[in-house]
Amino acid sequence: MTDTAWIDAALTSARPQAVGALLRYFRNLDTAEEAFQNASLRALRNWPQNGPPRDPAAWLIMVGRNAVIDEVRRSNKQEALTDDAAVSDLDDVEEKLADRLDGSHYRDDILRLLFICCHPDLPATQQIALALRIVSGLSVKQIGRAFLVSEAAMEQRITRAKTRIANAGVPFETPGAVERSERLGAVAAMVYLIFNEGYSASGETSEIRRPLCEEAIRLARLLLRLFQSEPEIMGLTALLLLQHARAAARFDANGELVLLDDQDRALWNQKLIAEGLALIDKAMRHRRSGPYQVQAAIAALHARAEKPEDTDWVQIDLLYGALEVIQPSPVVTLNRAVAVSKVHGAEAALQMIEPLGERLSNYFHYFGVRGAFLMQLGRNEESRVAFDRAIALANTSAEAAHIRMHLDRLMRESRPSGKTETKK
Amino acid sequence: MLYAILCYHDEDFVGSWSKEQDAAVMSKLAVVQDGLKKQGRLGPVVRLMPTTSATTLRKDDPPVVLDGPYAETKEQLLGFYIVDCENLDAAVEVARDLGAVNPGGAYEIRPVGYFEPGTRAT
Repeated sequence: MTDTAWIDAALTSARPQAVGALLRYFRNLDTAEEAFQNASLRALRNWPQNGPPRDPAAWLIMVGRNAVIDEVRRSNKQEALTDDAAVSDLDDVEEKLADRLDGSHYRDDILRLLFICCHPDLPATQQIALALRIVSGLSVKQIGRAFLVSEAAMEQRITRAKTRIANAGVPFETPGAVERSERLGAVAAMVYLIFNEGYSASGETSEIRRPLCEEAIRLARLLLRLFQSEPEIMGLTALLLLQHARAAARFDANGELVLLDDQDRALWNQKLIAEGLALIDKAMRHRRSGPYQVQAAIAALHARAEKPEDTDWVQIDLLYGALEVIQPSPVVTLNRAVAVSKVHGAEAALQMIEPLGERLSNYFHYFGVRGAFLMQLGRNEESRVAFDRAIALANTSAEAAHIRMHLDRLMRESRPSGKTETKK
Repeated sequence: MLYAILCYHDEDFVGSWSKEQDAAVMSKLAVVQDGLKKQGRLGPVVRLMPTTSATTLRKDDPPVVLDGPYAETKEQLLGFYIVDCENLDAAVEVARDLGAVNPGGAYEIRPVGYFEPGTRAT
């Protein structure tokens, strides 16, 4: 690895801790970022010559803090500055500083940094953009690219988000246990959102947006490192790993979405699956269920099936049943109905989703699934109505294409053999 | 004499490698391993999953199962090699070769006291 690549990786991995500590110190996000930026520039000059420090995060915090203090001093009194030669001689100080950065600070610093990004005043897209900028250190250009907007538009979005946060004030007191767990919940939700931004991308954009998924996984692992005994964080990490393991199989050469049943399972990333399974296995031992664990367990059942027909739909039905209790939502019931249709048939599944019609009257998946069940029951005319409605409700052309493909296939498969299609 | 070469590195740092960087390091390590293999000196090579997947059983009475790795250190045990070496010099030489293509972190070189290759088919 070249020097620069090495330093880039070191800066990326040290960033959350360093910016988190600098934020605690300066209590101002912009100052903390500037300090980190400044320290990074010095690292680029200093590390290739003097070799990497043993604790890059401690080095960056120290240097970043001094740089800002010098800056203030310079503008106030125009005093002489510490030069780079002095900065390079940090090895002794570094150890002492590292001692002061004890574990609990470190954990709360990073959590705070993530938490301010998920301020309830910020819309989800701003939360994500901010987290990617501040915590992950992605450039505005990279984030803009992932969100398919211009650099200028993204810059504006991030600036706006920062202003809101500055106005809202950042909580600096050390959180209590309840508060910490609430923060953790909010941060986990944001990490999940980042992942979904990448995961829900269409075929043409999935390559560009894949880094969002990878970044979300990195953040989830970071959270899990900080909160080793939280089964929900294990569940979240497992869920992301298991979903992302299918990335290579999810789109065909034309960029069309490939349904789970049709995916080439040889393309699934077994390394990610193994890690996901290990984590969900570990989480289950805690006997403290939660929505991420249940969803991860469902993803695990899909991942374990070598062929689609091996899928344990009975268990998936039960897990969705559990999810309905923990996190009741018509969308969960809709998903459960798909499992029910595999276990008990389309009639039972259709009955299950019938009461959802009102609440999901604008949800295109509802009509897609409903159409499919009706089709399986041979109620072709009704299913066509549902399909038409689904296509009318698609949010993007990619979604519409996906639904159309999905529906075409269901049309073909559910057509009883020997009968010809009813012509209009 | 068999030596274990235990690989310690900052997990966050290794986790920050891009897929390409990771693959590049792994393929360079494979070259070093191939050399040892040809000499019939390479035992098992293990890369461990992240420490987030680790569980620790403390042998208290009764034993306690804890999440996470045994030691909370700045660098984590990420994997190990078993290598057949004439003496410590030779083992250090192997570690040096491995380290040349995978910089950062540290290798702990420990003579193996007992080795049971096991019966697992693969």
